[in-house]
Amino acid sequence: MKNVRQKACAAAFVFASAFGGTGQAQQGGGDPIERELDTYRSMMKSDPWSNPGMLDVDRGEALWKTPAGPSNVSLDQCDLGLGPGKVDGAFATLPRYFVDADRVMDVEARILWCMEKLQGFDRVKLLTRPHPSAGMPVKVLGAIATYVAYRSNGRSFSATFSHPKEREALALGETLFFRRTGPMDFACSTCHADSGKRIRLQPLPFFSKPDEARKNLGEWPAYRVSTAHVMTMQHRIYDCFWQMRLPEVELGSDVSIALISYLVKQAEGGQINIPGMKR
Amino acid sequence: MSAKPRIRLPGSVTIGDVIEIKTLIAHPMESGVRRNTDGTLVSRLLLHTFEAKFEGREVFRAALHTGTAANPFISFCMKVPGPGEFEFTWVEDGGARTIERVALKVS
Repeated sequence: MKNVRQKACAAAFVFASAFGGTGQAQQGGGDPIERELDTYRSMMKSDPWSNPGMLDVDRGEALWKTPAGPSNVSLDQCDLGLGPGKVDGAFATLPRYFVDADRVMDVEARILWCMEKLQGFDRVKLLTRPHPSAGMPVKVLGAIATYVAYRSNGRSFSATFSHPKEREALALGETLFFRRTGPMDFACSTCHADSGKRIRLQPLPFFSKPDEARKNLGEWPAYRVSTAHVMTMQHRIYDCFWQMRLPEVELGSDVSIALISYLVKQAEGGQINIPGMKR
Repeated sequence: MSAKPRIRLPGSVTIGDVIEIKTLIAHPMESGVRRNTDGTLVSRLLLHTFEAKFEGREVFRAALHTGTAANPFISFCMKVPGPGEFEFTWVEDGGARTIERVALKVS
């Protein structure tokens, strides 16, 4: 044990040398820019303990357990699909159809529903600027979603999509993903239908390839270094729509849930490892 | 509601071990050179000092400047002199202190 721990302490200095360009960057094949970027990405992720997203996992846990809202109750009666208050593994089974709401919901739509129905929060207020601006921490709903997702770590995406409404969401999601639209004639597939593409430092996953889809979906919600906050999947979709110059997509809307359903289906069987760490 | 700082100490430790202590705290680390959307300067708000004491004795200290990222992660190594308590202090501009105390179990 003693040796292992000394190695961990020595590792900090090994990393320092990678800054000087003498590290692993020189080895390996492929595009030289990608190789350098991989060095940066691996340094960023080398110690999962350094991920500030973990602070929001803690915060989300406290928010889940603390009474809040006009009804002054906690979310421990919130049913994420496995029964009231059952958080472990719930994220891995979402999106799914909920009888009480009569619609398919992803993790954020479901938490939104619980905050509205159980805690008595005003839905309109919850949906007004629901995502953080750069430099601000993720909002309450996002922190809770991060906590819920974290509690499925190590499990695999296993949403069944067996209910007719779930299949409907999947079909809509697939259509939306490939359908070019808007003033720029953009579709999700404009950027996400080939391997090896990137925007600045962010690699763009090719979602028709299961291994890329699994790796990517398993990392959301993720901490974004450039904006210093956790970004959830609903926020990611919202931002993609903005980037495509499409009308604002509402958190928990049928469109966002359909797309998330399609992406989760592509990532079926992929392991969940939350929170991710991204540029 | 802002999150409590996270502190990670190794599980089983014996005297003489060199251990790594990891700390993570939520803070915007506002540099003081950034402007709002309306053009006004956002005033500087940094955690400017991090101190770690073990049994009252300083074991590590860091001065943090404007180039430090938000939500700073700081880790350092220490040779374990025996059982005791860590006291971690982050000092913010204006003097506000965040203090965390964690006991180190030594077998």
